[in-house]
Amino acid sequence: MSGERASWPLYEVFVRPRRGLNHVHVGSLHAADDRMALLAARDLYTRRNEGVSLWVVRSDAITASSPDEQDPFFAPSGDKVYRHPTFYPIPEDVPHI
Amino acid sequence: MEASAEAQSRFEAVIANEQRVEPRDWMPEAYRATLVRQIAQHAHSEIIGMQPEGNWLTRAPSLRRKAILLAKAQDEAGHGLYLYAAAETLGVDRAELTEKLIDGRQKYSSIFNYPTLTFADVGVIGWLVDGAAICNQVPLCRCSYGPYARAMVRICKEESFHQRQGYELLMTLMAGTDAQRRMVQDAVDRWWWPSLMMFGPPDGASPNSERSMAWRIKRHSNDELRQRFVDMTVPQAEHLGVTLPDPALAWNEERGSWDFGEPDWSELMQVIKGQGPCNAQRVDRRRAAHEDGAWVREAASAYAVKHGRGKGSAE
Repeated sequence: MSGERASWPLYEVFVRPRRGLNHVHVGSLHAADDRMALLAARDLYTRRNEGVSLWVVRSDAITASSPDEQDPFFAPSGDKVYRHPTFYPIPEDVPHI
Repeated sequence: MEASAEAQSRFEAVIANEQRVEPRDWMPEAYRATLVRQIAQHAHSEIIGMQPEGNWLTRAPSLRRKAILLAKAQDEAGHGLYLYAAAETLGVDRAELTEKLIDGRQKYSSIFNYPTLTFADVGVIGWLVDGAAICNQVPLCRCSYGPYARAMVRICKEESFHQRQGYELLMTLMAGTDAQRRMVQDAVDRWWWPSLMMFGPPDGASPNSERSMAWRIKRHSNDELRQRFVDMTVPQAEHLGVTLPDPALAWNEERGSWDFGEPDWSELMQVIKGQGPCNAQRVDRRRAAHEDGAWVREAASAYAVKHGRGKGSAE
C-alpha cells in the first residue's frame, strides 16, 4: 500500500469568483495530471457557483520567498515612505488633489 | 528541530498578537503534532461521516430528499479534502493519513459509530449532529494556524445548509402522521446524548485543552461549547414539538442558561475504544472503498504517464 503514497503531484487551485476580479488561491489537491486536477478543482472548490474560471498550478512549479528571509527580502520597500501620497504635505485649501 | 530563541519568541508574538501561523513559519513540534492530530481526526470524521447518511441514499423517500442528501454527502467529501490539504501543509501525506485511519491508528468523531435506523435519523443528524459540529467549528475559523482556519471558514459556510435541511426534514415529518412523529422522537432519543458527547469529555478530564487554548487552536472549553449547544437547541426542540430525553433539563434564571444532566461518559469511552455499535463496520467500509479504488488510482497514474501530462506514479 505504501507504494501508492505520494504518487500524485500536488496542485494549487486559484478561482476567479466573477468577471472583473483576480484569481484567488483557495487551496490545493492531488491529481494524476492537469486535466484531472482541473476537474477535481471544479468538484471540490466550485460546488456553489464560487467561480467563473479556474487555474490549477503544480505546487512544485511555484517559486516562493521564504518567511525566514522576510525582513531582509522585503526591506527595500521599508524605508521609502516617499512612495506614498501621504508623504507630501499639501495645504488644505488646494482642491482636487 | 532545535528552536532558536528568536524563532520561539517570534512564534509566541504571532500567537499573542492574534496573527496567523503559516506553513513555513517555525513552530514548536508539539504545536505541529497537535494540529496534525486534530486536523487529521477532523478530516477522517468528515469522510467516515458520509456513511451513516449514505445508508439512506438509495431509499430516500423522494427525488428531492435524495438530491439534498447526495449534495450533503458530496460536501462532506469536500470538507474532508479541504482538511487533508490543510494537514499536508504541516508536512504529512494524505495517503499516510488514510492508512492510519484504516489501520485504526487515528480516530474520528465517535458520533459516527452509531447506526441510522430510520429516515428520521437523517433529519436528526442534520439538526443535532451538524448543529453541534457548527458550535465546535465556528470558533475554529479563528484558529491560530492559517490553513486550518481558512478551511474552516469554507466548511462553516456550507455546514449551515446541512443543519437547515435536517430541521426542515423533521418539521415535515412532525406535520405528518402520529407514526412519523414517533419516528422523530425515537431518533431524538437516540441521538441527543451522543450529540452532547461530541464536545468531548468534561473540562476536568480534558488534559490537552489548556495547552490548545494557550496556542489559540481552541477558543472555548468543551463544557462552554456544550452549554452553548444546549441553549441553542432547547428552543428549536420546543418549536419542533419533540422532547429532549433529559429529565434534568431546566431553565436556570440565575445563569440565563439551561441546566442539563450529565452524559454517560463511560459510554463515550467505550465508543472511543472501539466498542461502539458500528466502529468495525465504518472502518471496514472505508478500507474496502480504499482498496476497491486502487485500480482507478493506478489507471489514472498510468494514463498520466502515457500522455506525459503529469508526473504520475513514478515511485
